[in-house]
Amino acid sequence: MKVLKNVGLIIGSIISFLIIWNMASNALYKRAVSTTITKIEKLQSKEAAEETRKRIESGDPSSQPNSLPSPLLVWKTAGLLLDDAHKVMKKKQDFYKKMEKTNAKLKQAGKESITYTGRPSFLDQTITSLKNIFWGVLLAISIAIPVGILMGLSKRFKTSINWFVQIFKPISPVVWFLLVQMIVNTIMTDPDSDNAFVITFISVGLCAMWATLVNTSVGVSSVDESYLNVSKVLRLGIGKKIFKVVLPASIPLIFTGLRITVSVAWMVLIAVEWLSQSPGLGGFVREEFQNGSSSSNAKIMVAMFVIGIIGVILDKLMASVQGLVSFENKSQSPSPLSIMRNMFISKKAA
Amino acid sequence: MPYLELKNVSKSFGADSEKIEVLKDINLSVEKGEFLAIVGFSGSGKSTLINLINGLIFPDSGEILVDGKKVTGPGPDRGIIFQNYSLLPWLTVYQNIQLAVDEIFPHLSKSEKEEHIKTYIEMVNLTPALEKKPAELSGGMKQRVSVARALAINPEILLMDEPLSALDALTRGTLQDEIVQIWDKDRKTALLITNDVDEGIIMADRIIPLKPGPKATLGKEFKIDFERPRIMTSINKNPEFKKLRNEIIEYLIEIGSERRVNDQVNYELPNLKPIMPKRFNWKRKKVTEKV
Repeated sequence: MKVLKNVGLIIGSIISFLIIWNMASNALYKRAVSTTITKIEKLQSKEAAEETRKRIESGDPSSQPNSLPSPLLVWKTAGLLLDDAHKVMKKKQDFYKKMEKTNAKLKQAGKESITYTGRPSFLDQTITSLKNIFWGVLLAISIAIPVGILMGLSKRFKTSINWFVQIFKPISPVVWFLLVQMIVNTIMTDPDSDNAFVITFISVGLCAMWATLVNTSVGVSSVDESYLNVSKVLRLGIGKKIFKVVLPASIPLIFTGLRITVSVAWMVLIAVEWLSQSPGLGGFVREEFQNGSSSSNAKIMVAMFVIGIIGVILDKLMASVQGLVSFENKSQSPSPLSIMRNMFISKKAA
Repeated sequence: MPYLELKNVSKSFGADSEKIEVLKDINLSVEKGEFLAIVGFSGSGKSTLINLINGLIFPDSGEILVDGKKVTGPGPDRGIIFQNYSLLPWLTVYQNIQLAVDEIFPHLSKSEKEEHIKTYIEMVNLTPALEKKPAELSGGMKQRVSVARALAINPEILLMDEPLSALDALTRGTLQDEIVQIWDKDRKTALLITNDVDEGIIMADRIIPLKPGPKATLGKEFKIDFERPRIMTSINKNPEFKKLRNEIIEYLIEIGSERRVNDQVNYELPNLKPIMPKRFNWKRKKVTEKV
């Protein structure tokens, strides 16, 4: 009953959001139309203005002024983008089918096969973005967790490196991007190399790793005294102490950090892709922004929603993984992953 | 030669001005195979004493000898049972004990280790809970795991830091019996720290009260020579038991009040009257406005 009530509340708020959005887009559309017409009247003539009004009213898409798109238009555009993705995918498949023999021959001769270089669809861009964030987060983890452990274990190391963390933590993604670009473009001079991808994932990783770094060091340095006493009493070696006692005890905090890292990485990724001319959702938004056609605004809105939804999915995914590895949250509601695990275990037991 | 010996051990905490001397001139000797209980008020430095013997902290002066050798840190010759169980919550019952066994007996084969671990889990009657995590166990079961872990490393002396004080009275009774039974099998040295006089009488051969801190010292000792096994229900009716128990409790109250008398300081209170906030009178304000 309570669930139904909550679902009702959510649906209600979604509907009111759509109504407000629709009203706002109508008002802005009218304003854009009147601005266009008065401008033409001023610069050209009354006749030209009248003609423009007629053309806009006829609904010709090429003559519509660019303003906030309505929910319906965004929905339709999303459909168009999906259709387009299907078309592009089909084209790609056809291309590879055609090239099958040639590529096989090239492979036999030890040469590189020919790849499809056509226009990427919206779906391809999304996948590219997911790839970028995967490598970015992987980089963040592989730096932040070891350094965080060291900072938590050794007071001396923490004192000597803390100034660095404090200064570099609040730096904006734009600046990180510029810094990384300076270095990467100097090192990778080969025109065939994918500089944009490398710059993107490194900037994202460096930007997003701080939450994990700080949380890991706090988690490691605040391990319950009684667990440390156990390791002392058993005289565990340093490696066993870290992997059997310290790390498992700090996993809840490490994962809280990782969750923040993933959401920051996703947020930053779009901006960095825009700047680095990399393909991906950020690149898609940039292209549509510079394109400025009548459907651009709607496409940007579609990208916005996709970005938001993927952000939510990533966060939920991290939360489920956290629930799976953490020993703490017995009282919390079970995550989808833990339910699956329990089902698996009970099946095995039966 | 006593197995465990403390000679003029003192320990204080804190920096110079806020230095608190917790233990002062502790002298103690425990024979091999003896079960000693140290009874004291909470906050009297009991845990400090056991951490010193265990080697987690070191004395400021004096020395602690185990089997004639000076204590330089924790070691497998001393098994400890902590009051808060100190089980690792991400490991199962089996894995918690395995961690200890792997460390202390690295030369044993895998199947030997498994057998060893299972023997000790069986000893504390926890075989059905083998694969459970500490969060799924009751307090008594957790402490049983802790007992099994301490015994599994085959220590020469078993140190117990208020092992049962977090448990309810019924569970405490059964666990007292179980620990004594296990101890009775090979009669190794045992040191129990407790705040419960009855627990000391039921379990130990000798009780020494710890005078309350700061500057805690050991009081006079009480020999307990009731025949084992001591059964709570029958020993309760024994007039000897009642007498001894009253004697120890009276002694504890005496040393407790002594300390309080010594600590009493007369504070001079300043002659002040509290300022009470006055009620805000809206009506009066209106009247003055009219005027």
